[in-house]
Amino acid sequence: MNGAQTMPQTETMVLNLGPQHPSTHGVLRVVLELDGELIVKADPDIGYLHRGIEKMCEFRTYHQCLPLTDRIDYLAGSANNLGFVLAVEKLLGVEVPKRGQYIRVMIAELTRISSHLFWLGTHGHDLGAMTPLFYAFREREKLMDLFEMVWGGRLFPCYFRIGGLAADLPEGFTDQVWEFVETFPKKIEDYENLLTHNRIWIARTKGVGVMSPDEVLDWGWSGPMARGSGVDWDLRRDNPYSRYEDFDFVVPLGSNGDTYDRYLVRMEEMRQSNRIVRQVLENLPSGDINVADPRVALPPKERVYNNIEALINHFLIIEEGVIPPVGEVYQAIEAPKGELGFYIASDGTGHPLRVKIRAPSFANLAALGKLAKGRLLSDLIALIGTMDIVLADVDR
Amino acid sequence: MNLPVLVGLMVVKITLVLVVFLTTIAYVVLMERKVLGFIQLRYGPNRVGPWGLLQPLADMIKLLFKEEFTPPHANKTLFVLAPMIVAITAFMPFAAIPFADRILPDSLTIYGYQVDLTVAALNRGVIADVNIGLLYIFAISSLAVYGAVIGGWASNNKYSLLGGLRLCAQMVSYEVALGLSVIGVLMVAGSLSLVTIVEAQKSMWFIVYQPLGFLLYLCAAFAECARTPFDLIECENELVAGYQTEYSSMKWGLLMLGEYGHMIIASALAVTLFLGGWQGPFLPPIVWFLIKTFALIFLFIWVRGTYPRFRFDQLMYFGWKVLIPLALFNILLTGVVMMYL
Repeated sequence: MNGAQTMPQTETMVLNLGPQHPSTHGVLRVVLELDGELIVKADPDIGYLHRGIEKMCEFRTYHQCLPLTDRIDYLAGSANNLGFVLAVEKLLGVEVPKRGQYIRVMIAELTRISSHLFWLGTHGHDLGAMTPLFYAFREREKLMDLFEMVWGGRLFPCYFRIGGLAADLPEGFTDQVWEFVETFPKKIEDYENLLTHNRIWIARTKGVGVMSPDEVLDWGWSGPMARGSGVDWDLRRDNPYSRYEDFDFVVPLGSNGDTYDRYLVRMEEMRQSNRIVRQVLENLPSGDINVADPRVALPPKERVYNNIEALINHFLIIEEGVIPPVGEVYQAIEAPKGELGFYIASDGTGHPLRVKIRAPSFANLAALGKLAKGRLLSDLIALIGTMDIVLADVDR
Repeated sequence: MNLPVLVGLMVVKITLVLVVFLTTIAYVVLMERKVLGFIQLRYGPNRVGPWGLLQPLADMIKLLFKEEFTPPHANKTLFVLAPMIVAITAFMPFAAIPFADRILPDSLTIYGYQVDLTVAALNRGVIADVNIGLLYIFAISSLAVYGAVIGGWASNNKYSLLGGLRLCAQMVSYEVALGLSVIGVLMVAGSLSLVTIVEAQKSMWFIVYQPLGFLLYLCAAFAECARTPFDLIECENELVAGYQTEYSSMKWGLLMLGEYGHMIIASALAVTLFLGGWQGPFLPPIVWFLIKTFALIFLFIWVRGTYPRFRFDQLMYFGWKVLIPLALFNILLTGVVMMYL
């Protein structure tokens, strides 16, 4: 009789977390191998929200692709639009007038705030803090009202168009944005009062999901996830587009690369985005919002109604869309969740030959298995929260 | 000869208290939703009746009409037994808690019979003045763990199992801290009878002598009731609903009753042990008891609206390495002070 024989046999348990689960932020399925509460292996299984957006783009005109991009990361629709229209504009070789670009920056930054607010609410709720969710959604709702003023909807904007914008800002919009910009820093303090110095919050997030800067680069992380580990990379500053170089903002960096640092980075990013919106409002130029090129932008409505050439022009753009020259282009922007890139290959016809979307959530999620291994089940939930994934963005 | 009358009166008293207790549970649920709504910038229930006052009734009717679903391959007997254990163990402790001083005169004349109401404490604001009241409450409420563990096991669901296991470890750990935290009170009062403990606080509440004990009791009670920040067993973000995942209909309703019942008992016990029970100036004793109890329940809800949740290992660490040593220190300190002062 040796001791080993009398020991009870233990085995691991496979737990199927998702695709329907309260905190997998959509339809993420994680196949977990658990030893008690300890995660032996975590295997994210994706694809439940795959809609084939990239393939669908190949059969549509460039304009028709735009509504599809709304649905990539549905919490930051304008950011996806921006990436796509910038890529097509790069292919066409046109540049939007200053006012159009400034408005794009303002909307993109408001979108970033809205996306980060959603992350804050759900991340907090995942870790058991109910109230930040409602506080964050109060402000997000204000932003949604603002968005509704501009494009009539909430989540799916399609406000940025190839060669400019769908329309100029509505009357009274800037006043309301001013009001938001003035009050928002105070609201961030409210959230921070609930979480930042909360001992339980720190205990739950500090040291969880640590990534070194080298690992961040190896795994292709970007955005706040990379900056939380101290990787100083922000496309808005390092590879500016849409005149981001005109604005003054700080790129916040973390030092430990853990969930808490990523939390701090995102909170600071909201403040910085607020600063950028303020600067746009202060310096918003007047003038055109669309490029003057009739092959790219729709002619003004009064000319369409009164002038046969303009009417034909209008029809051509609607029917055939823009026709870029043969070539390929990659345009990346700093979306709220990281680097969002559009690679478009054109064969000189009215629809793209191939579209590849580099979605930030996909790359960020890849490291989930590595980070969750050897940690507790509760940490997995914290990790999913900190990754700020949107499954529509992962699966596309 | 007086026996039937006495038994009848006793039954009336127990029924009254039980009905009031059950109603209180229902309205604590409403209160929680309202207060959380207030904290979280929303209204809470406000459609059923004025200020949503009939919401608990509507909820109850809804639950009664829901399908009784038992998952396949579940152990049916245990599955049904679990909610019963949870609910019953939540109701029973209230028997020993004094909620008022005297509610009836010492004797009554009913149909010409002189009935002595001091028998079985019929005239007092307590159902059973047992001389080991505190021990009885702890004994009963620690049985509640069986309900959750059995429910988690019998559901044949992995989330339920994990929830049951978490609850088991949590309850057993915090039971120790909870027991140790009230020893100081027992030493000061010199009795396990809750009626005696309340009467001993006539001149001064025990929270003054036992501030540390009160804090420790509160922490342990939050964990015992599995409330935020210790609500790991049913945290929907990890375990869907913990051991309650597979329960539906009134079985789920009973689990909910049990949970809120435990919360009320924990608050009432804190009031009895530390805050002078029903003692207080001007207002009738029962009003004082209710004010104090509901103030503590409000605290429970307030904390839920403010704090995130612990992780399981942190919870264990907090229980064994913080609460229990502090509770032992509190006992030592109380002993030293009592010996030399």
